[in-house]
Amino acid sequence: MGELATEKHVQYILSVEKRKDDFQSVVMEHLRMNGAYWGLTALDILGKLNIVDADEVVSWVMSCQHESGGFAGNVGHDPHILYTLSAVQVLALFDKLDVLDVDKVTNYVVGLQNEDGSFSGDIWGEVDSRFSYIAILCLSLLHQLDKINVEKAVNFVVSCKNMDGGFGCTPGGESHSGQIFCCVGALALTGSLHHVDKDLLGWWLCERQVKSGGLNGRPEKLPDVCYSWWVLSSLIMIDRVHWINKEKLIKFILDCQDTENGGISDRPDDAVDVYHTYFGIAGLSLLEYPSLKAIDPAYALPVDVVNRIRLGKRHAI
Amino acid sequence: MHGRPRKPQKPEEAEASAVEAAKLRNLQSQLLANHHQKNYSKEALEVSANLLEMNPDLYTAWNYRKLAVEHYLKESPSDIVSIEAILNEELRVAESALRQNVKSYGAWYHRKYILSKGHSSTDHELRLLGKFQKLDARNFHAWNYRRFVAGLMNIPEDKELKYTTDMIDTNFSNYSAWHNRSALLAKLLNQKAEGYFPMEKVLNEEYELVHQAIFTDPDDQSGWFYHLWLLDQTVKTNPPYLVSSWPPHSFNVALSRTGCLDNHTLSPFCSFHSDSGTIPLILYFDQPVQGVDSSSVIVKSTANLRDLIWKPLSKCNRDASKAWISHLTFPQEELNSEFYSVEVSIGHPQKIASATGFHNVKPTHFSFKVAVNLRGTPTEDFGNEGIRWKDENFTSCEISPHNFPFSFDNPTSEDDYAPSTSEWCVETISNEIALFRELLSETDCKIGKLTLARLLMAHAATSPHANKMILLEEVLDLYQDLMKLDPSHVHFYKDEHSLVLLQKVTSTRESLLRHCYSYKEQTSPYIDSAACLRLNNFSISRIGSVEKFLWVQVLDLSHNELQSIDGLESMQLLSCLSLSNNKIGNFTALEPLRLIKFLKVLDISYNEIGSHSIDTTRYLFSSPLSHSEEIDLSSDEMATNFTDMASYWEAYFLFKDISLMQLDIEGNTISSESFKAFLVKILPKLHWLDGKRVQ
Repeated sequence: MGELATEKHVQYILSVEKRKDDFQSVVMEHLRMNGAYWGLTALDILGKLNIVDADEVVSWVMSCQHESGGFAGNVGHDPHILYTLSAVQVLALFDKLDVLDVDKVTNYVVGLQNEDGSFSGDIWGEVDSRFSYIAILCLSLLHQLDKINVEKAVNFVVSCKNMDGGFGCTPGGESHSGQIFCCVGALALTGSLHHVDKDLLGWWLCERQVKSGGLNGRPEKLPDVCYSWWVLSSLIMIDRVHWINKEKLIKFILDCQDTENGGISDRPDDAVDVYHTYFGIAGLSLLEYPSLKAIDPAYALPVDVVNRIRLGKRHAI
Repeated sequence: MHGRPRKPQKPEEAEASAVEAAKLRNLQSQLLANHHQKNYSKEALEVSANLLEMNPDLYTAWNYRKLAVEHYLKESPSDIVSIEAILNEELRVAESALRQNVKSYGAWYHRKYILSKGHSSTDHELRLLGKFQKLDARNFHAWNYRRFVAGLMNIPEDKELKYTTDMIDTNFSNYSAWHNRSALLAKLLNQKAEGYFPMEKVLNEEYELVHQAIFTDPDDQSGWFYHLWLLDQTVKTNPPYLVSSWPPHSFNVALSRTGCLDNHTLSPFCSFHSDSGTIPLILYFDQPVQGVDSSSVIVKSTANLRDLIWKPLSKCNRDASKAWISHLTFPQEELNSEFYSVEVSIGHPQKIASATGFHNVKPTHFSFKVAVNLRGTPTEDFGNEGIRWKDENFTSCEISPHNFPFSFDNPTSEDDYAPSTSEWCVETISNEIALFRELLSETDCKIGKLTLARLLMAHAATSPHANKMILLEEVLDLYQDLMKLDPSHVHFYKDEHSLVLLQKVTSTRESLLRHCYSYKEQTSPYIDSAACLRLNNFSISRIGSVEKFLWVQVLDLSHNELQSIDGLESMQLLSCLSLSNNKIGNFTALEPLRLIKFLKVLDISYNEIGSHSIDTTRYLFSSPLSHSEEIDLSSDEMATNFTDMASYWEAYFLFKDISLMQLDIEGNTISSESFKAFLVKILPKLHWLDGKRVQ
């Protein structure tokens, strides 16, 4: 088993930012805000956030904000809750939440809550339990959770629970590790994990580990590095992560590295991208891989960033 | 990139990619310009359609098309023909985008959006879905859309259930179909729809169906979870019942002041100390129940008791819980030592129900007596020495069955703690056991063993005639086998094994008595004549069977493999606890202790507190992180010790709710001198820290 090629990954993440002309970069342009969150959080976990020009990032992030308070995935695009969270998370990484007009962002998120407690992604009304998590997390980072109806929000998430203990996009939707992460995260952030059948969901989640050591997202599917994050963080939040074999998973993630050019892919020998690079590194952090910063399983930000915001002096005074 | 091989681009590929990229970039800038200028001309719409075909995830382009639709609908609201043409065009664009990327959230939602504008053609939608679901029978977007269409078109649930049968018949390895089946069936059973009643008949047929899947390929997970769900439904046909209580039925409790030695104490297992003349009354049910209050639990006593307030024994769940607690306060003015009798009846009126509200609790009645002796004055003295958890300080105790805090008989009368299981349930579980034994005789598969273990446990819990000891032995063997057969999940089986082991210990009076002790040195009034349970060196990684331990006041769990102590909050009488030499990784794992108000002595020495960068109980602990605890601004501690608070917030939140007198913490990474100084500050009543008297 190789080691984590930290320096290569740092170079890879920086190069993604510069590369703008190949087809994939153009395809991804509208979600650059997500890309910024993935890349920058990965750099922070690797202890290399300081090589980025914070002011430049912050001013670009702010240039994506709309009058409604929501953020777009890139300049010129429409606001959406997905990118609003990424924007807030990126500002949190740099300890720059104070540049925000908190009421404005809060109003945008609050305005997306529906009568049944669910959240729409934007003005067009698509409902998904992912958006519930995003809204709850975004407001938690801004200390504004009391501005929404938390009880209804929790009830909606619980209504997405299935026979296998997992959660789907909407009531009746099939359990999927990514969706489970969002719903368990939403319940964790609101002190509502008693709604989760931890043993049942824990068994379903630990059975995501396949022979190669990697994790899949649903039964009878192929393993993928991104599930290292979705499954692991869910298992951690419900205190069942010891039910999988951590060494085998570490090996699987390391096997997905491009040790030559940096970056991590979904499976060994596939093409790398920044999304899988982030989830691989974040997964290794959750597995307590040496010399990585610890990441928080619910806030999806480094633990020191979360503690600074939720437990820090500024909040108390 | 998902599923794309990693290989260096050939020059001609790079060139082609650059050409495509330039084309895409051109379309994207045109789209954004049109979008910002609100240009919804035919040519502009054409640009967005071409763009979405190339990049179906481009959400701004979908938004643009929706704005265009709204623009045209507003322009010609009554022209049905042109509206139909507009909506059809949108469906076409969405369809071709889906052909490009069948996982595009934006494209699927665009279709939904158009359909909810009133465009409806069920046949077309179902045909399209048929095509997509044939290409990928597990696509969860397609299944979600199918549910949406079924709801929009009022397609009956049993018709959709039939569709899942067809999908499963085509290929049983279709977890998506099994999932949808469970959701539909739950609804149909709940509604008692025609053909779906009685439940027993339906469940029998479902067992047949899932057997085919599991027995054809036991390694395919598709049917695993459905079978477990069926088992759960089978057991759930029984009403919830009271498993145990404290005080237990026909028991005599001696209540005296803390620190007042009472020579008349009957046995350590019946004495209880309280300065306020209060004893807890605890009800423990086999499953979470709701509706426990002073009108659903009737308490009659010869003493004049105030109206009781019932609380669930869990910090965050106010609605449903297995364990409920109330406090009985006895009159203090009467000095005569006197027995009061207390009668408790639950289930009349029928207000207590399972968490789903489906079944009412089985009616139960029990009674006990309380001897109140509140003479003497309470003492704050903690004695000259702390509690020491050495073997020689504990002596095994002989107590008469009458004084043992619960019964082990197989009670059949209405007045006892016992389930009322339907014959169908017992028979179904027996049949399943036989079938899975047969499967295991043919192939040594893990799901066979695991399911058999679960079935045997269900049998032990529900069948009145089962020989529990033999069943539990077999289950323990099965989990031992599983640890070898499937080493990746060894800790899952180990945890399950621990729970069964604890059931075994508590299943007979003899086996439990081997773990019951008295504390030898009666130097401290806090441990004097207390009921001790020692499960040290027992190789358990998890706590269970707490309903059998409600009476325990001193508990030794040292030298095990515990990482968490979930469930311990039900042991409300606990005053001394040793968790020394376990695998506790963080203070947050000790959340249950925050609910145990009598706890005075805690030994958590030689654990792993401070050794882990990732805290697996961070969100099972009430704190500002989960909005379940606020930082108290008025607290002096907060104002003056921010540095300490930043590093030790878990310890702060844990210990501020417990008034500990003795604490052992050595042998943990966190245990530095500065941490100990912090502990002394936040624990004002602490007498002993790591064996040293606190100054």
